[in-house]
Amino acid sequence: MIRAVRAEGLALRRGERTLFEDFNLALGAGEAMALTGPNGAGKTSLLRAIAGFIAPAAGQIAFQGAAGALEPDEARRGGVHLIGHQDGLKPGRTALGELMFQAGWTGGDEAGALAAAETLGLTRLLGLAVRHLSAGQRRRLALARLVASPRALWLLDEPLAPLDAARRAQFGELMTAHLAAGGLILAAVHDPLPIAARAVALGG
Amino acid sequence: MSAAARLFRRELALAWSGGGGPLLALGFYAAVTTLIPLAASPDPRRLAGVATGVAWVALALASLLSLERMFERDFEDGALDLISLGPLPLEAVAAIKALAHWTAAGAPLALAAPLAAVALGAPVALAPLIAVTAAIGGLAFAFVGGLGAALALGSRRGGLVIAVIVLPLIAPPVIFGGAALDAFAGGLPWTTGLLLLGAYALAAIALCPFAMAAACRNALS
Repeated sequence: MIRAVRAEGLALRRGERTLFEDFNLALGAGEAMALTGPNGAGKTSLLRAIAGFIAPAAGQIAFQGAAGALEPDEARRGGVHLIGHQDGLKPGRTALGELMFQAGWTGGDEAGALAAAETLGLTRLLGLAVRHLSAGQRRRLALARLVASPRALWLLDEPLAPLDAARRAQFGELMTAHLAAGGLILAAVHDPLPIAARAVALGG
Repeated sequence: MSAAARLFRRELALAWSGGGGPLLALGFYAAVTTLIPLAASPDPRRLAGVATGVAWVALALASLLSLERMFERDFEDGALDLISLGPLPLEAVAAIKALAHWTAAGAPLALAAPLAAVALGAPVALAPLIAVTAAIGGLAFAFVGGLGAALALGSRRGGLVIAVIVLPLIAPPVIFGGAALDAFAGGLPWTTGLLLLGAYALAAIALCPFAMAAACRNALS
């Protein structure tokens, strides 16, 4: 289980362009961090670098567990969940099928997935094909999968964008519960998060 | 249920759903093998001579059909991100996807191949060997094809790119399988061709998952 994540002297490059250099970040258990910055500052790339998809041009990303440093690939496979711009849901499959596969794949169980769906008000929609869900409903399904997966580090890329005010407040409660259980949240946002979070600005 | 079984079931369900998968491949296969006598010659003696060869080539082409869906859909809708952060390394994920592709498209085609060859005039005694070579060759097609599908990720005309990458790579199994069938029909020793075909399939199964995973990582970065 991930207890802390640290980036030191991180530099990311996309193509010829350097997004940022010498970036430092430290996040511990129970902490939330809001990444802000203009479009193209590298918020998404930073999240994807921490998730292991993008190799940094310089610097390193390290994960700490209860018993010391963790092997990065192993830490990611068992402890990281990324909600990107896309929800990763197949239009032709039912919401229930997608939720069960994805929550199970990331280590959750069926009871937890159903409970998460109920919390997010999805129970009545589970029988529908994903293509019949609205953007907000699809995002709620992705968030139910996130909540149902026993992953410590949540990497969230604009998680609230398609949600209405009530659902945002509700997801705030779920984030608070995750932090109280020793989780870590790193979210790229334009609007403020509904919970108290350290703000870090990228680029300018 | 283990993570591997869970992924395999999902891949099979995806291959069967949404119009396509095995029915599409079988329909295409039937259409190609029907076109040959119409285009070449309906003379049974001439057809019988090329029946097994035609059945093989049509099989190779039909296995190309649904390759594009193997990684592309998961890549485009973000599911590949999620799958990469799962319990299995991408190499295992790629092998499971290729195996599911073979189960959904390759195995039904292997059952259809002897029917098509015999309908075109191949001797009935050849049918079991055609099914065996088609099943083994289909495994090689699925793994080599998966490599093409992973390499073509993110390119705009993926289907075409896959065909151009994969067709040269599946020439050897087509040759080995065809040689085994020819030798069997002519009463010659035929096991060499079958063994070479098996060796090619095993090499593809052993090596292609690593290449597929590397290509996926490259596309995701």
